[in-house]
Amino acid sequence: METVRFSTIDARSAQYWVLLGLLAFGALVGYLAAHHMDVEGHHITGMNNQIVWGFPHVVAVFLIVAASGALNVASISSVFGKIDYKPLARLSALLAIALLVGGLIILVLDLGRPDRLIVAMTVYNFKSIFAWNIFLYVGFIFITAVYLWMMMERKMNRFTRSAGFAAFIWRLILTTGTGSIFGFLVARQAYDAAIMAPLFIIMSFSFGLAVFILVLQASYAWTRRQLGDAIMDKLRVLLGIFIAAVFYFVLVYHLTNLYATEHHGVERFILVDGGIYTFLFWVAQIFIGSVVPLALIFVKPLNQSRHMISLAALLVIAGGLAQLYVIIIGGQAYPLVLFPGMEESSSFFDGVVGQYAPSIFEILLGVGGVCVALIIVTVGIAILEFLPESLSDKALRLDPVTS
Amino acid sequence: MSTEPVMRYTLDITEDISVERRNFTQGIAALAGLTLAPGVFLYCAAEAKPDDQAVSSQQRWGMLVNTNNCQEDCDACVSACNEENGLWSLGRPATDAQWIRKLNVKDRQTGHVTSMPMMCQHCEHPPCVDVCPTGASFRRVDGIVLVNKHTCIGCRYCMMACPYKARSFIHEPLQDQLPHSPRGKGCVESCTLCVHKVDRGDNNTACAEACAKEGHQALLFGDLNDPESEISKRLEQFGGTQIRADLGLNTGVRYQGI
Repeated sequence: METVRFSTIDARSAQYWVLLGLLAFGALVGYLAAHHMDVEGHHITGMNNQIVWGFPHVVAVFLIVAASGALNVASISSVFGKIDYKPLARLSALLAIALLVGGLIILVLDLGRPDRLIVAMTVYNFKSIFAWNIFLYVGFIFITAVYLWMMMERKMNRFTRSAGFAAFIWRLILTTGTGSIFGFLVARQAYDAAIMAPLFIIMSFSFGLAVFILVLQASYAWTRRQLGDAIMDKLRVLLGIFIAAVFYFVLVYHLTNLYATEHHGVERFILVDGGIYTFLFWVAQIFIGSVVPLALIFVKPLNQSRHMISLAALLVIAGGLAQLYVIIIGGQAYPLVLFPGMEESSSFFDGVVGQYAPSIFEILLGVGGVCVALIIVTVGIAILEFLPESLSDKALRLDPVTS
Repeated sequence: MSTEPVMRYTLDITEDISVERRNFTQGIAALAGLTLAPGVFLYCAAEAKPDDQAVSSQQRWGMLVNTNNCQEDCDACVSACNEENGLWSLGRPATDAQWIRKLNVKDRQTGHVTSMPMMCQHCEHPPCVDVCPTGASFRRVDGIVLVNKHTCIGCRYCMMACPYKARSFIHEPLQDQLPHSPRGKGCVESCTLCVHKVDRGDNNTACAEACAKEGHQALLFGDLNDPESEISKRLEQFGGTQIRADLGLNTGVRYQGI
């Protein structure tokens, strides 16, 4: 294992600059979309006084959740001592920082007053989980950067395990905080559940690993470096376990709600007659995001192909976005209950399912945030030694996959 | 002793008043009026809280809604609120601000409909204040829940947290705002319990005044901490209900007839 050599990628190729140019264009368009929203006001988006968090929040929360999950690969090597994953640890930490920055940029640009970021950074209400999250996010970037330094500076290697442990604990607290944004909402039927925090943690394991697998495969394919079957096989099985774990938590969440009569309304809305939300739940989240990837990962001969692992990771990401769409937007679309058991009506859409369709500006902002995350990775691996020169079975001294 | 001579004397004097003297008297009266009026005005202003004096927790301002008096087809309270606070409709109901709305609640079993105004409930433990990251959502010690428009970053977490759907986000640039009711694009706002009127010493809100003017008397504003106030007396005598009392928020707005 000591023989694994890291190196920067060759950034002189036209392919590299085309990729960077496309990502920069995506980020710029995202910024312009956000600027337009800021000037015109949010009425040009699909959001309104009923659905106050829209598509940008779906993408932002996905990226933030995936960020903490992307760090898992590093944690497995540093904290749990699985040295097979050690060559992947640097990329894992870089991706974690990149995804978090991309998500935070979306969140900030979607604020009603993004110009007041300085207020958010200097004035705190410590009873707000949002305020805590600001510390958790900034702290995560700092601790992960220190962790990277310990890994990449030979003289500091002896502190890698301690730094990795700190980063692992921090990321668990961070995702607890992200899940609690919804778990602490006492008034909403779809939220107000302690399971939100562990659900978000296990979602982060799955989404983060899916993104990591795709970035790893793309960067090795495009730089013509060797990526062995043995390491991919480990990641494949790990992803399968995480997908099943998310499925279990989703099952428990809905079963618990279904047992309590007071939650039958919102459960019926999500599971039976919620239109787009019901469709997204069953088709996108459960079938495309869970069942199909599990089949691609565990059913022979599907799981023999490298492309099928890529496809499974892609579907997990699609299913994850759908899951967050259902949680965030579906949870708001279901009308707030002021008088349980009564029919409510007003000029302010009481008792009515909230209407929402994402505008082009929101979608561009979301895509822009993803581009920023990918720019950080693309530039990062070109200027610092994040990627092992080879991840072949031989280089990693792993036994070839036999199945 | 008879009073007759005195009366005669008085009548004599009255008959002696000339036109000039009457004009002189009127002039003096007008001058006195001009001199006294600012004093009278100052006396009125002295009833209001001076700007440099902090609000006190000795008061807890609140509202009592008697739904038995609230008419389903009347929205005088809503119009008055819009007028008082400059909430002009922009013709987009989904994004227009509404600080107070008429809510109709129908019992599925009996079909009975109850109509009532719904607005910020000015909770003692407001979820909007709990979740606000910058502390822009705050509760004055006299019980009024407000938004500091200087520190609201427009994250809308308070709107997610409010159990009463009482808050509105300003989705577009505004014009013709009223000086006592500053509002702005990108910030969240809600019923202020007519805080400007309370601080002015009006001791009433625009919605309650409008309701009384309509003759319905469904809204009563007052000090919940003062046992002698009309609102406290009525609550003591007839009781009052909190909406979503299960959340334990101790709302400042109470309802009768629900």
